[in-house]
Formats: sequence, C-alpha cells, structure tokens
Amino acid sequence: MSDWISILINASYLLAALLFILGLKRMSSPRTARGGVVWAGLGMLLATVATFFLPGMHNFALIGLALVLGGAVAWVTGRRVAMTSMPQMVAIYNGLGGGAAAAIGAVELWRFAGPPQGASQLSNAALVAVSTIALAVLGSLIGAVSFSGSMIAFAKLQGWIDRRFVFSGQRLINGLLFLLLVAAGVLLVWGQLSPQLVIAFFILALLLGVMMTLPIGGADMPVVISLYNALTGLAVAVDGFVLQNEAMIVAGTVVGAAGTLLTQLMARAMNRSLGNVLFGNFGGGGATSEQEIGGAQKPIDAADAAVMMAYAERVVIVPGYGLAVAQAQHKVWEFAQLLIQRGVKVRFAIHPVAGRMPGHMNVLLAEAGVPYDLIADMDDINPEFPNTDVALVIGANDVVNPVAKTDPSSPIYGMPILDVGAAKNIIVIKRGRGTGFAGIENALFYADNTRMLFGDGQQAVGALVTEVKMVDG
Amino acid sequence: MSGFLALYIFMLAAFTGYEVIARVPVILHTPLMSGSNFVHGIVLVGAMVALGHAQTPVEQAIGFAAVLMGAANAAGAYVVTERMLEMFKPSRKPGDGA
Repeated sequence: MSDWISILINASYLLAALLFILGLKRMSSPRTARGGVVWAGLGMLLATVATFFLPGMHNFALIGLALVLGGAVAWVTGRRVAMTSMPQMVAIYNGLGGGAAAAIGAVELWRFAGPPQGASQLSNAALVAVSTIALAVLGSLIGAVSFSGSMIAFAKLQGWIDRRFVFSGQRLINGLLFLLLVAAGVLLVWGQLSPQLVIAFFILALLLGVMMTLPIGGADMPVVISLYNALTGLAVAVDGFVLQNEAMIVAGTVVGAAGTLLTQLMARAMNRSLGNVLFGNFGGGGATSEQEIGGAQKPIDAADAAVMMAYAERVVIVPGYGLAVAQAQHKVWEFAQLLIQRGVKVRFAIHPVAGRMPGHMNVLLAEAGVPYDLIADMDDINPEFPNTDVALVIGANDVVNPVAKTDPSSPIYGMPILDVGAAKNIIVIKRGRGTGFAGIENALFYADNTRMLFGDGQQAVGALVTEVKMVDG
Repeated sequence: MSGFLALYIFMLAAFTGYEVIARVPVILHTPLMSGSNFVHGIVLVGAMVALGHAQTPVEQAIGFAAVLMGAANAAGAYVVTERMLEMFKPSRKPGDGA
C-alpha cells in the first residue's frame, strides 16, 4: 500500500473529526444549527469513503450490502416517522450504534478466542496485548448495555412496555449481575479467552442493560436515552483504541463527554440527580404519603373557554406531552393566531422537560410554524403569570403541579414548575381525570380558579377554534 | 500510537465535547442529542474495519451485523436530526441581519 494513500486516509479521518466538532458546535446555536448537521454529515461521508481504501480490507461485497441495507432502511424510517415519535427514534438509532460497537468488540474477541488463522494472521490471544483485549471487553460491555437498554427505552416510549418492572431485591440482583459481568470480563482478559465465555459475557451484558432500564419510569426516559447516548459514544471511543482508529476515538470521546454533560443538564432541569433517576423509585408505588387535595375539578365547555380567552388581554399557552400525543400543535397555533388577530397577547410557555425530551416541545411548535419569539422558557414566563388573564394548559400535568413546591413527600418535590397557578384563570385541556406520567395527583386541577376542559387535545382545541370564530358572529 | 498519546487525545477530545455543549439553550437539547447520536455513527467506520478483516463465517456474520447497525445509526440519526433542525428556520428574527 503506497504511502500517499495512507496519508490521504489519515487526512480524511482528521478532517472528519474536525467536521464533527465544528458541526456539533454549530448545532449548539439556533442560527447555525441547520448547517451543523450537514457539516457532520460531510465528515461521516468522508470517513466512510476513506475506510474502503484502508490496507488489508476484504469482504467488500458484504460491507456494501450491509451499508446499503442498514442505511436505506434507517433513512426511510427516519423520514417517515412522525415528529412526535422523535425521542424513540433517537433511542433506537442510538441503540443500534451501541449494538454496532458491541459487535465490533465481539468480532475482535471472537478472533482473539479462536485458533490461529494462517501465518499472516497476527490476531490471536497470545499475540495481542492485554490492554487491547481489556479495551475490547470494555467496548463490548458498554456497547451491549447501551444496545439492550436503548431498546427497552424505545419500547417504553413506543408504548409497547407501559409499566415499570419493580420487584424487591431488584437492586441486589442488578448488583450481582454487574459483579458477575465484571468477573467474566476479568476472566476474559487474564484467564482463558474461550468462545463460550465470550458468549456468556455478551448475554450477561445485554441482560444488564435490560434489567437496568426496566424499572425506570417513562418520564425519566429522556435522561436515560441521553445517558445511553453518552455510553455509546464512549463505547465507540474505546473500540477506536482497539482498532487504532483516530476518527472513532475523537468522535466517540466528544460524544461521550457532550452526552454526559447533556444528561446532567437534563437531570438538573428535572431537579433530580442521575443516581436518583437510575436507582430511585420515581413515581413508584402508592406507598408515598400523598397530601390530601380538597375540592373538586370544575368542568367548563369550549364555548365559555373560547369567550374567556377571546376577551382576555394576555393568554399564556402551556403545552405538554398530551399536545404531542394528540398531534394538536397545528390546531393550537391556529387558535393562537385567531386570538392574536383579536389583539390578545399570546405566548407559549415551555417547561424544560415538557414533552418527552428537553426541547421536544419547541420542535413540535416550530413544526407548526410558531415563531420562536412567542415561545418563552420557564424562567422568563414565571414572573408574568400574575399578569396573565388566562393560562391554557394543554396536556401538561407534572410540570405545572404545585405539589412540587408544597409537598416534601412528593416524588417530584423540588422540581421547578411553571407557575400557572398564579394566573387569574386557568383552563386545563385534559383527556380524563387521571394522573400524569409520574402518577401524582395534581392540586392545580382542584384550584378555585381552574376550569377543566375535558377532551382529546386535537378535538378540544378544534372546538375552541370554532367557538372563537363564532364569538363575533 | 503510544498508549499515552492515545490518552492525551482522549483527554483533549473529552474537554472539546464538554466545551462545545456547555452553553446550549434548552430548545436545542433534543436536536443536539440527536446530532451527537449521529456523530457516534462513526462506529460505522469501525464496523467496516471489523468486517473488512473478518475471516471465519462467524466473524463475517457478526461484522455484517455491525455494519448493518452502524449504517442504520448514521443514516437514521442524520435524517432525524436534519428533520428536527429544519424546524429552526430563521422565520422572522429581527435585528440579526443574517
């Protein structure tokens, strides 16, 4: 293999790493974000093409087939899926990345474990540095956990698994599982590297990912996905060390670090620690002493609600996941435009963890065409609630629950909330009388100035639109 | 590449990742998570190398699965990220002169 080709390949990897970092940098500002992903995409393209020219590569037909097959299926699925399903798509693609990282480790370990293969074959356990085996084991472990964990997270967000699996001694069993896994890993590195042990190791790692994720409630899934995202990055970086591939090391590490920070930011937005998310019992069991909530929920019909807002001066709309589920974002914007035409000052208030992921709600509103100067975040809007005539809560629950401020025994105690209760009037659009994702009763719904507009978000807002149009005849 | 040089790369890249994200507005958290999800799609390169050097049928099968998943990671995450960021068209943002 001539020198200049190897220089070209390395230069391509270097440029790809640079494009990844600059791309991520651009993605962290709204004005440049769209270009950012294109830069990163160019980096990926460059690195992929360069890899075909690496010395000693075989199986080109297989590589091409897998590349086209995997890429095309994911591309089409990603294009077709609804914007509301984005969180689970992030989960599944992340899981696949983790799976790929684990599979790379598996190929390496399998080769180390296998019999010597021909004279030119260097890769055999005896000839490989202990550190390389250890890194392959580590990359496999992290990748496999990220894979199976992300798949469970996907299933939960998709609604395939709709309950948490909690049983007594769960933590003990998970702890034992982890210790067993570490033991198997140590044995792989310093003991005998047998194919059976490799298989057992992977089964244990996959099982750990499943067991870790099953007890975590759906409301915490964004944090968990972000964590697995960081873990996949780390697994990729570790695999990069095994394969001596600098592009993988840099890109994987950058994602690992950025993902870890992002996970912390998300956990902080919910006022929870990461440990609490992973090992806590959020929304678990009815055993928590719940504060008695007095009064009754007072219903309102769409006509009254529409009139109330049509003649209001300031209306703040608080969208939550219910809006996303009902795909009501377009209808809501239509309604808001009608109010704006009447001279009502309308703003949208978004809690940092509204929806299923931080920023998820912004994306949905942006999709509907809501300009982002109308969208306010929690810190900006909270002081304005006392001057707000009507706060319209659509499918949000836990993020407006005053219990987070008043009841220290509540699982969401301490989580910053939108101060909707301070508004003069509150209208809550809600499908039924049930509790929110965290399974906690919401005192706001029983407040004197709160009226409930029961119904599916799409229909309820549709009715509001019709009624507002009829206000002036 | 010596072990320590690798560790230096690891350290510097970790700081880079941390700094790049440090001052991100909340509205970009999800797109950015998706974007970093795309960037670790670089695992595809490793998968190609693994399959490219696979010898036995077992290695080929696992390597094939690796490339399949890596390609899905990269392609899927790219599309999803692009679709999310498409929403951030500078529709009407006064005073930026962009």
